[in-house]
Amino acid sequence: MTFINYAAREINCKIVYYGPGLCGKTTNLQYVYDRTNPAAKGKLISLATETDRTLFFDFLPLDLGTVKGFKTRFHLYTVPGQVFYDASRKLILKGVDGVVFVADSQEARLEANVESIRNLDKNLKEQGYDIATVPYVLQFNKRDLPTALPADEMYRRLNIKREPTFEAVATTGAGVFDTLKAVARQVLMDLKKR
Amino acid sequence: MSLPDLVLYDEEFRKIKESLNRLASDANANVVFLVDKNGQQIAAVGDLQSLDTTSLASLTAGNVAATDGLARLIGEKEFSILFHEGERDNIHISIVAQRVILVVIFDERTSLGLVRLRVRRAMAELEKIFEEIAGKAEKEKQALQADFDSPFAEITDEDIDRLFSE
Repeated sequence: MTFINYAAREINCKIVYYGPGLCGKTTNLQYVYDRTNPAAKGKLISLATETDRTLFFDFLPLDLGTVKGFKTRFHLYTVPGQVFYDASRKLILKGVDGVVFVADSQEARLEANVESIRNLDKNLKEQGYDIATVPYVLQFNKRDLPTALPADEMYRRLNIKREPTFEAVATTGAGVFDTLKAVARQVLMDLKKR
Repeated sequence: MSLPDLVLYDEEFRKIKESLNRLASDANANVVFLVDKNGQQIAAVGDLQSLDTTSLASLTAGNVAATDGLARLIGEKEFSILFHEGERDNIHISIVAQRVILVVIFDERTSLGLVRLRVRRAMAELEKIFEEIAGKAEKEKQALQADFDSPFAEITDEDIDRLFSE
């Protein structure tokens, strides 16, 4: 749910990074945080376990500048990827404006990716959204690993509606901003339609 | 998209601020702020200098969402009031009109009893304002369905590229 504040001339959008456990959602946010001008970002909040697994969510507020005289603020969230945190994932999808699906390129994680997309579809539906219409971007992360599947094979298995797809190595930042930009573009273009 | 956007205009924004200011001074609270259930801050008043209100808003919404989940698990609709007690500062959280969250931060200069009393009055005011907002949004939707005068109708690819130009 985009929140447009005419009084403060501000527009707030919520973007959620989704994907299976350990696919690199938090690493994406961490990279965005590290590379953003301090004036444009807030604190990166991580509600994580002692072993750095996301427990509830990570949160990063980002000021991107102005569009048509409105300050655009993007609130980036990650969900906990582990299967048993499904209740938390549902809560975080509430009011989402755009979704980034971070897929793990390792062959062994292909089924986990497929399962997670299915889970996203189901949870979006429960919140009244349709994955076919919600702004959505796909990222193939961990392209640097020797066990990574060929990108075209991943595309065949994971791309559901010809959504923009990016190859990435979140630890070095490759593809991270391209992904974010693509989803931001869709969210803002979506505003135009309404 | 299933949910309507929350659109806030000057008039309602002013009314909300007035109401929050009154609550802050009547309850002798340090900070009063209003967040929507998705974690977007709507308005804040009081001693905000030392406070990261954006993080506060997001965590409050997460907190309320998790507590809502707990409530449903045991068959309650919601827990409408949450209270966190610290050594110096305390946080009082309540749900207004089932959609926004009113947060009051206070210390030993006031009491939980007074805060609760004043919050109740402010909630009645805020509920009325949010009814107005919902009514306005509904009217606008019907009247302007065809050509809603959105400032974003003219967004171009260049506008978006510029956002990421740094």
